[in-house]
Amino acid sequence: MTARRLFVAGVLSTCLLAPASAAPDAARGEQVYARCEACHALAYDRVGPRHCGLIGRVAGSVPGFAYSAAMKNSHIVWNGKTLDRFLASPLKMVPGTAMTYDGVPDARDRADLIAYLESVDRLPQCKALKAKR
Amino acid sequence: MSFLQMPTPVVARRMFLGRSTGLVLSGAAVALLAGNDALAASSGGGDPKDVQILNTALGAELEAIAAYQLGAESKLLQKPVLDLAVTFQGHHKEHAELLSKTIVKLGGHPVAAKADYHFPAEQLKSQADVLRFAAKLEQGAVSAYLGAVPLFANRDLSKAAASILGDEAMHWAVLRNALGEAPVPVAFMS
Repeated sequence: MTARRLFVAGVLSTCLLAPASAAPDAARGEQVYARCEACHALAYDRVGPRHCGLIGRVAGSVPGFAYSAAMKNSHIVWNGKTLDRFLASPLKMVPGTAMTYDGVPDARDRADLIAYLESVDRLPQCKALKAKR
Repeated sequence: MSFLQMPTPVVARRMFLGRSTGLVLSGAAVALLAGNDALAASSGGGDPKDVQILNTALGAELEAIAAYQLGAESKLLQKPVLDLAVTFQGHHKEHAELLSKTIVKLGGHPVAAKADYHFPAEQLKSQADVLRFAAKLEQGAVSAYLGAVPLFANRDLSKAAASILGDEAMHWAVLRNALGEAPVPVAFMS
């Protein structure tokens, strides 16, 4: 194999492997979460419901929060897969949702954001909220 | 159309001005109200999705008004920062008023301000804390409007939302500057 072919093969393998090998980065996801903070907080309800305890929660189930009928009736359970679909295009997955946001188009951004959301229950504010209830 | 695809600044300006040329109201008011009148006349109401988008935005604006009230009453803000906060709160009041009127014109029911908002008041111990709290809300608001702009069925509403987005981006930059941070840390918002 010539040096040129080796170089091309190396570049191709790097391109193909890089996305798969990049593990979701919760710290970067926290930066992406800044986009959510117009309407959401971790430990309390705002325009949108709180995110402590999100993973494993049935959509539309935070007590006292005024959800859209669409979200209440969606029967979604929030996990990595459902969040990825929803965050890509909230209105496509749940037409009628009050989360009138075009979505997070970049798959890497979504993966990092989901990694952050999966980690938040370990934060003091989420632990404190859980202890209160 | 992205500004990256616009052929010349002149064409971009013509596109932005659109139907509002010749009127004396603010750009956002013209876009909202002119667009709504036309829509109401033609169909007797607006797209329900547009009403929902406006109501979500109104909910966030009402919360922002309450957040600035908390900051203003905290006794942590010194002049001229206090004046700045009151000015920005006034902008949010204008946004909320216009959004509310537009929702009514479109045949919807505007959400009301909550009796009580939950803010992390216990974490606000200095002027810098209040500024950082407000900056975070404004940054989020920019992202929220950015995520709403492409969704409107009525393009006039997209234009008006973009006008509000511009105002809130300026708030964010000024608040960052007051904190001694780079006022405009990135070339693109997301």
